[in-house]
Amino acid sequence: MVVLALPDLTPHLPGIIFGLFTAFAVAGALIAATAPKIVHAAFGLMASFFGVAGLYFQLGADFVALAHIIIYVGGILVLLVFGVLLTGRTQALLGIEKGHKTTGAVLIGGLVFFGLMLAIAGTEWNAVEDPGDPKPTTAAIGRAFLDPDQYLIPFEVASVLLLAALVGAAYLARRRREA
Amino acid sequence: MIVLASIGLMHYLLVGAALFSAGVVTVLARRNAVAILIGIELMLNAANVNLVAFDRFGPGTMDGQIFTLFVFVIAASEAAVALAIIINVFDSTDRIDVDEIDALKG
Repeated sequence: MVVLALPDLTPHLPGIIFGLFTAFAVAGALIAATAPKIVHAAFGLMASFFGVAGLYFQLGADFVALAHIIIYVGGILVLLVFGVLLTGRTQALLGIEKGHKTTGAVLIGGLVFFGLMLAIAGTEWNAVEDPGDPKPTTAAIGRAFLDPDQYLIPFEVASVLLLAALVGAAYLARRRREA
Repeated sequence: MIVLASIGLMHYLLVGAALFSAGVVTVLARRNAVAILIGIELMLNAANVNLVAFDRFGPGTMDGQIFTLFVFVIAASEAAVALAIIINVFDSTDRIDVDEIDALKG
């Protein structure tokens, strides 16, 4: 009887998980960029969001990953789908269309990616080789936000910005009765 | 055999670059205003991936993650206001194609 000896995958697990999340993030982004229908693009964006959240988890940023899922998938994406559906009764769906504009866009996108790759490869990052096991981050983030010597003022300013933006959005989006 | 265990800063930066480029293509190639917003969200996400990666492989402060949370706030505000404007413009002109919305053109 031949026993099939599977190679020990344990040392490769971080790489495999990273590849999985990266595939989700990048494939979702490509769907968002190229799908002919906008609704499909929105769902590609959702896949991309989940992949990015997985990358945050792998980077040890547990609070940021969960906040990302709640805010982006639960908030912004739902808002975008509402926008798609509320404006969907026009003639065409206006996705990617043939013509010089698409070619130029893909060309510029490729150039940007190439330039970023050159910049990444050509920079001395001084990165920590092995940052050790990740620790819980929630308590540290909360203290940093409420510490007057660190991020208290930016935190309050961000709250006011969010309030102003949401009041403004509600004001802009309401239907004008008198008109 | 390639050892996949060593996922470093470079890998995450490459993912960020790919996401950013996809966002650039989306913004430039699409004509639907909501789809352009989708491209902007992709680009913000790319920046966030870079920030969290720098935080992990940096000197061990929380700054990268806190900046990411600020980007979340900005992204939420921007999406809400932009969608309000888009829906308002659509209500009054019946257009969603950014090439046709040119009433403010001088």
